[in-house]
Amino acid sequence: MSFDIGFAFSRFAAVVYKEFIQMRRDRVTFAMMIGIPLMQLILFGYAINSDPRHLPTVVLCADNSPYSRGIVAGMQTSTYFDVAGEIASRAQADKALRDGDAQFVLTIPEDFSRKLLRGETPVLLLEADATDPAATSGSIAALREIVSRAIARDLPGPAADLAATSLPIDIRIHPEYNPEAVTQYNIVPGLMGVILSLTLTMITSLAITRERERGTMENLLATPVRPLEVMLGKITPYILVGYIQIALIILASKFLFDVPLRGSLLVVFAWSFVFIAANLSVGVTLSTVAKNQLQAVQMSVFFFLPSLLLSGFMFPFRGMPGWAQVIGSLLPLTHYLRFVRGVLLKGTTGLEALAYIWPIALFFVVVIAIGMLRYRKTLD
Amino acid sequence: MDATPHIQPDAESPYVIDVSGLTKRFGDRVVVNNLSMRVRRGEIFGFLGPNGSGKTTFIRMLCGLLAADAGSGTCLGWDIRTQAERIKPHVGYMSQRFSLYEDLTVRENLDFTARLYGLKNRAGLVAERIVHMGLTRFENNLAGSLSGGWKQRLALAACTLHSPSLLLLDEPTAGVDPGARRDFWDEVHKLAAGGVTALISTHYMDEAERCHRLAYIAYGDLLAQDTVEGLVKNSGLVTWSVSGGDLHALSEALKVRPGVDQVVAFGNTLHVSGENEAAIVAALAACAGGRERRRIETSLEEVFIHLMREARQS
Repeated sequence: MSFDIGFAFSRFAAVVYKEFIQMRRDRVTFAMMIGIPLMQLILFGYAINSDPRHLPTVVLCADNSPYSRGIVAGMQTSTYFDVAGEIASRAQADKALRDGDAQFVLTIPEDFSRKLLRGETPVLLLEADATDPAATSGSIAALREIVSRAIARDLPGPAADLAATSLPIDIRIHPEYNPEAVTQYNIVPGLMGVILSLTLTMITSLAITRERERGTMENLLATPVRPLEVMLGKITPYILVGYIQIALIILASKFLFDVPLRGSLLVVFAWSFVFIAANLSVGVTLSTVAKNQLQAVQMSVFFFLPSLLLSGFMFPFRGMPGWAQVIGSLLPLTHYLRFVRGVLLKGTTGLEALAYIWPIALFFVVVIAIGMLRYRKTLD
Repeated sequence: MDATPHIQPDAESPYVIDVSGLTKRFGDRVVVNNLSMRVRRGEIFGFLGPNGSGKTTFIRMLCGLLAADAGSGTCLGWDIRTQAERIKPHVGYMSQRFSLYEDLTVRENLDFTARLYGLKNRAGLVAERIVHMGLTRFENNLAGSLSGGWKQRLALAACTLHSPSLLLLDEPTAGVDPGARRDFWDEVHKLAAGGVTALISTHYMDEAERCHRLAYIAYGDLLAQDTVEGLVKNSGLVTWSVSGGDLHALSEALKVRPGVDQVVAFGNTLHVSGENEAAIVAALAACAGGRERRRIETSLEEVFIHLMREARQS
């Protein structure tokens, strides 16, 4: 049934089978595929911290008074918070937090100023998306100081004296999604993306370069096998490797770091396919550009490093300058991190996760297209 | 699966390879220059020339590994510029460098190749090839562990597995011992007797002499194309041998004489050749008085060295 220029499953299967045999014989690569995930888990699983500012904040204010306005203004000038606006309902607040549109929701109850003036202790509620505790801890620590200054400036006479000694406000912090502020909860699911990105890109970047360096590409090109069959045949075995790594990390999350798994693992497995494919496409494409295996590894580091630094894994995404956020948004890891954290920590559903997956899919299509074009020219 | 017809479109044509004006450039460098060549069905066609003369590039263009910059032609009746995908299933290509997988065993390599060509009865075919090529005791060894000669045999087994009608062998016996080389050529002759055409590049003169016809290429240009006898005859070279003591001094003296093209030492004799027989006789008379001398057949090597020098001068 196959047309002359067509794709033959049998030839594709031949390449897959061959890759598996070679994978089994190549002990070092095999060790790398299992060893790197474990090593990174243990090493990175511990300390990464930073102090981001300008975190998007929405205010749910039921008390229209100079005091509440003063607090909001104080938060804005502190640069820790970027007050994006006021919202009207509890439901909107929950949605903003869950979708990641806001890092904080500040709730000022309607009796706030009345209680304050009477010398009672009013309540301020700050809900934080604490999936990444590093991203929120600085702001939370600063809030008490911000509020006490704002109040002290606006309060009349005796109440001000009182405020100067001890803050007459009960600030309640609700760290949502990661109430104990355990850094590992954020780091470990994030590591899933980092590990997949590093190992899959590097291993596949070697795949075609190795064929060329050892001279076997010449033989391959002289046979009827087509570029697409070779590319997919080389990628497929590593998709399996990617899934083994995901399973490994999820097991470690559960049993080594006690990360609560709120969302569906099925969603993680299903959508991770797109991310795995995107990384493999980078590897294959790099290997059509690289002249030898060393270059291939170097190039994959060039791809991996920005991914590691600008995706929001190393430093909270919102803490980065604008240009870095733009570059970060182009990288599949950035979106994948949001996806994995969303599903595992916030219970994001498969459908909601689409918002994170389509940029990765787009990335895959563009990169694999470049790879296909490059492959044709390899011997010329 | 593969619907490529196994009959060639122009089965009546006596030429398996028929190309004209083939040119390939890498940047500014012309590697193959306006090359025209015809190879007949069932012929063993030798392809000779100094290193870097464009032999490998030419062979790669024939089997679709490289695209020609200019020229046209057919290989097995299909257009080499547009129908490479049709040509590939019928060509067995063996590259200069061992290009099978060193980390696969002999059997796995053959099996992989058989799969790529979509061959029926794969296991039987592979087993038959292994026995036929005498690879039985290595069948489960990694290809990388074989010696040069055995690697060559494995490569030949792999590139003939799909019963190609044309073999393109690029210096298949480089670095292989004479015994293995002879076996290899016996195998090629057997295949040719079965109707397979072979284009083989080589640097060995004894191998060149085992070809039905030869082409000599240097610096991208095709210099001659003929049978061994034809090449020798048309070269216009005449060769005399002279023997005796102190050949070194004699050789130096002869080299500067007019009309002497080449002086080559073979043990206790010198072979002196040139285009003008009278000049050679005169030179020998002047320098080698009293030594035994006689006219002999000009060998291929002298013809090729002569061709190469002429090409370099122009």
